[in-house]
Amino acid sequence: MRIAVCVKQIPDPAAPYELDPETHFVVRPEDQVLDDTDRYGVEVALQLAEAAGDDASVTLVSMSPSGSLQGIRQALAMGADKAVIVDDASLRGADALTTSRVIAAAIGREGYDVVVAGTESTDGYTGVVPQQIAEVLGAPSLTFARKVEAVDGKIRIERQTQAGYDVVEAAPPVLLTVTSGAVEPRYPTFKGIMQAKQKPIDTLTCTDLGVTADNQQVITSVDPVPARQAGEIVEDEGEGHLRIVAMLEEAKVI
Amino acid sequence: MKTWVFAEARDGAAAANALEGLAKARELGGDIAVFYLGAGSNDAFAVLGDHGATSVYHLPAGESLPAPAAAAAMAELAGSEAPDLILFGMGNTERDVAGRLSVRLGRPVLANAVDITADEDGLVVTNEILGGTTRVASRSTGDGAAIVITRPKAFTAEPAGGGVPEVVAVASPDVGHAGEAGVLERHEEVAEGPDLEAADVVVSGGRGIGSGDEFEMIDRLAELLGAAVGATRAVVDAGWVPYSYQVGQTGKTVKPTIYLACAISGAMQHLVGMKDSSTIIAINKDPDAPIFGVADLGIVGDVHKVVPALIEALEARG
Repeated sequence: MRIAVCVKQIPDPAAPYELDPETHFVVRPEDQVLDDTDRYGVEVALQLAEAAGDDASVTLVSMSPSGSLQGIRQALAMGADKAVIVDDASLRGADALTTSRVIAAAIGREGYDVVVAGTESTDGYTGVVPQQIAEVLGAPSLTFARKVEAVDGKIRIERQTQAGYDVVEAAPPVLLTVTSGAVEPRYPTFKGIMQAKQKPIDTLTCTDLGVTADNQQVITSVDPVPARQAGEIVEDEGEGHLRIVAMLEEAKVI
Repeated sequence: MKTWVFAEARDGAAAANALEGLAKARELGGDIAVFYLGAGSNDAFAVLGDHGATSVYHLPAGESLPAPAAAAAMAELAGSEAPDLILFGMGNTERDVAGRLSVRLGRPVLANAVDITADEDGLVVTNEILGGTTRVASRSTGDGAAIVITRPKAFTAEPAGGGVPEVVAVASPDVGHAGEAGVLERHEEVAEGPDLEAADVVVSGGRGIGSGDEFEMIDRLAELLGAAVGATRAVVDAGWVPYSYQVGQTGKTVKPTIYLACAISGAMQHLVGMKDSSTIIAINKDPDAPIFGVADLGIVGDVHKVVPALIEALEARG
């Protein structure tokens, strides 16, 4: 079973990202981290590969300026076998559609049975790239999985719905998106971290993939939203709840 | 100007986000049609007419995940009808269809929209990033429809007194393997108490509550206040409450009179789902928690002391 995992390196969320005032693109530092939501996708991929046996492989696929690749190394240290990075100057500020075409081309070039992705990135939040990739690949998409298993050669998930959840399954080739409730991601071991340094990382350009960046989304302005006024902060000395009661009374909800 | 609004059927009627989209479509003016996916009825379609749709394209859903076929049918119709704008609400099926339609039409998706305006150059879509602290205005360039996913409650649904729309049955196109994700079982996880999205008071709990058992104090507090119970993504992912309780970027958006945040730190993805509440009260032991930046009243303290004391005080009032 050949498993491709879509991962993204993002600026460390602990330090909120900035937009370039001229281009309005996200300023991407040299050192980016693995988007935390992607750890769940990597874990699901590793578990599917472990269940499938020795022939299974897990390949990370990412569109990213190469930089230090420390985020990619994090995912390799968890246990993925190799990584494919698409790094091309023409992709700066690429919209979601362009991104999905690039990633789908990279996945198609590698060959795949299962594609795993998170549901949305923490920095961009468009939340449709996996579905776009599935459409480009002509694959079914099992989305918003809170549980994933391989059953009789098919992938079966519990899919979050507005009302509850559905049990859904499809045969490979298939794409799935996983929520962070699906699994508990493993921490890289020391051995894993050392091995990650030796694992292959292929870097590709748009030319290699035969795709061209066709950005159709432009940002016209960026403005701060007037901040909500912070209110009163009270240290609880055993009377804090009375302040809440007073405010509930003031709002006439009790 | 020609606008389409995507509507997923939930319990035999259009999802609320479609009616919100129709409100925005009316404001923009022009022709309005709804692409309706799932089980419908004359009553359900009449509601869409009342909200401004003059026609409804109806595609019933089968026993497979419907997004690939819906996107293919929409793309084919768009070829002849040439809509300028296609609106989607923020939901799982909505995102599945919007993403696939984007590829079919070769058009980008502008997501998380809180406003859409028209000027001489076309449509401008505004969204909020960085937990709602920054507004970004974007356009899609080139020819063809703008595909936009709107934030919940960005627009207020209102009947407009429109008549019964023309209903056009749409056949499900064959999309091959992409359409072969079979739905084997459907499960409902019913939330008790008031509807989270409509409630006047919401009591929400975060991971700091500690455990699923301890989360019961949030239920009790909500019961005393006649409030709906909400939760952060971390609590839903931990399995303490179902997804239907989730407030935030990928959950529900609430704007109650009172939002009481218990042991919620205030991650950006949570703030976007509740920051427009009239009054926000937060209890958190960390004085530096970002939630205090938006709270009207912040209690720095242990939720395991403050909440039981609050419950006791409310019980004493009878």
